[in-house]
Amino acid sequence: MTEAITREVFDHLVNLAALQLSEEQAEYLPKQLNNQMKAINELAAIPIDADVPISLHGVPFEESASASPREDVWQKYADVADILKQAPQIEDGCIVVPDIPHTELK
Amino acid sequence: MEPCDLNALDLTLLLRKKEISALEIVDSCLKRVAAVDGRPGALENTELTEEDKRKVHAFITLADEHARAQAAQVDRAIGAGEDPGALAGVPFTVKDIFCVKDTPSTAASKILANFTAPYTATPVKRMQNAGAIMLGKVNLDEFTYGSSNESSAYQPSPRNPWKTDRVPGGSSGGSAASVAAGEAPLSLGTDTAGSIRQPAAFCGVVGVKPTYGRVSRYGLIAFASSLDCPGPVARSVKDAAAMLQVIAGADAHDSTATPLPVPDYLDGIEEGVKGMRIGLSPDYFRITYPDPVTGELLSQALPAEIEKAVRQAAEKLAAMGAEIIEDVPMSNTRFGIPAYFVISRVEAASNLHRYDGVKYGHRSKIITSDLKAMYKNTRNEGFGLQPKLRILMGMYVSAAQYSEQYYKRALQVRTLIRRDFEAAFDPRGKYRLDALLTPTTPTTAFEMAAVYGDSVLMQYADQLTVPANHAGVPGLSLPGGLDAEGLPIGIQLLGGDYTEKTLFRIGRAYEMATENEAWRGEKPEVLRNLPVNP
Repeated sequence: MTEAITREVFDHLVNLAALQLSEEQAEYLPKQLNNQMKAINELAAIPIDADVPISLHGVPFEESASASPREDVWQKYADVADILKQAPQIEDGCIVVPDIPHTELK
Repeated sequence: MEPCDLNALDLTLLLRKKEISALEIVDSCLKRVAAVDGRPGALENTELTEEDKRKVHAFITLADEHARAQAAQVDRAIGAGEDPGALAGVPFTVKDIFCVKDTPSTAASKILANFTAPYTATPVKRMQNAGAIMLGKVNLDEFTYGSSNESSAYQPSPRNPWKTDRVPGGSSGGSAASVAAGEAPLSLGTDTAGSIRQPAAFCGVVGVKPTYGRVSRYGLIAFASSLDCPGPVARSVKDAAAMLQVIAGADAHDSTATPLPVPDYLDGIEEGVKGMRIGLSPDYFRITYPDPVTGELLSQALPAEIEKAVRQAAEKLAAMGAEIIEDVPMSNTRFGIPAYFVISRVEAASNLHRYDGVKYGHRSKIITSDLKAMYKNTRNEGFGLQPKLRILMGMYVSAAQYSEQYYKRALQVRTLIRRDFEAAFDPRGKYRLDALLTPTTPTTAFEMAAVYGDSVLMQYADQLTVPANHAGVPGLSLPGGLDAEGLPIGIQLLGGDYTEKTLFRIGRAYEMATENEAWRGEKPEVLRNLPVNP
């Protein structure tokens, strides 16, 4: 059976996902992905009428059973420092990150 | 019997009658933890000793000091004549996928190993407001990605109290193991494809996946947001009902939590099943899965003793006045896993993009002047194999050129699965079921390391539970006997939207009908040779 996820596609996905893999992982993961694709391909064999709608949720969000949207009002968080202290690097109340790559627009 | 072995509702009665204190209850549970749990899960991956292999290892974080302090508060409230809450003094464990303020909340992943939650998840807060006492955070598959707990970054991973060379199931394996081993009468788990019901079945306890939206997901570290359901793990149906009573209901922090009123689950729970229509479906007595090498679809009947347990349960319910409806078609059941492979991965990949080493959690110490390199190093070091696998699959099947073929099709299959349930429970339809009775799992607890590594076979452990997650309907797993090896068999009740009360009533009827059967008296292996005062 032809592998759905070729090495080239796999490497592209790894880069898009901002992942970096060990040699062992780079060996194991594509095999597992392609095995999963064999299971997923079973979906193609199911007869589905074109008018079958998609379901993003199982239980329908009917108005009577759904919460009303809350007002879009800004609320102050009680303890901002408590949240900021989780950040790996802070300076003057700001989160520090390495340089963000950018391109000068001409 | 030690206090830690009593059910939650029995403990609340004893407490209110002042025959026991909350502190005594907590101390009893802590003694049991000390006797059976062994070392807690940790990131350092040291070799297992022979003693490790005989322990449960349910916990990642034991909150013993905090639990004792809270117990003292409950005792003070009772002493002052105040109402201590519906579950006052009842210890519970929390799957470490829920945020609890000032407590490590790790998702069993290195990427959140240093994360201390700044707020408490709604279901946990509701338990605490009801006087229940959090004993600690328990282990799970990393980010809930698995059905055995072996993928946890925190090792040793939990083991099955009934036979410690078996997995406890997953992903709420620590929850089910802690309840089965008498470490706590209740636990809070989550169920995305069967993650409460499958470990409950493997560990011989009761597990409930409520209707999607019945319990708030606020404070739950997300896996697949359209499928995740927090729910109870308990040792009896009544305890599970009492716990759901406390955690269910609308929440301003989660717009998917329904404002529909929460019924009184305990009211009428022992009124029996007379006149109820309970279905059996042939589609739940077979399992279909692809051969790992050829991809060819294989189909086989479930082990005879599992089918027998379900059919015997049906006979008992029939003897109590229920009408058993045979041959209810649930023909899309077998497509639950292929659709889940797509939907859950797409949602997981989306949810995992937030872990970048910037705002919280692990950041790589490799010095770099490039943000993207920092992302890569951080995610490489922080994520285990399962999150990486799910991110990659989620990105592949939702890519613009493939999403019609895979993602859209999976969402259409979800519609077909939902329609199966709607037809079965339609009050004007052919079947008019109150509940569908099925096995919970295709096997009993499998051996440690027997399946881990094969991500396809592991996923198929959820084949009989995942349809309820696609459809959003509630499911209850409860013990239905033991197999020839003495391992628990789980039976499952599935119902229409928000019919948890009906499922509890049927489950309780089954419990009452089997309370004198020999298997009910059997104990998990780890409890068989305990000293009298552990």
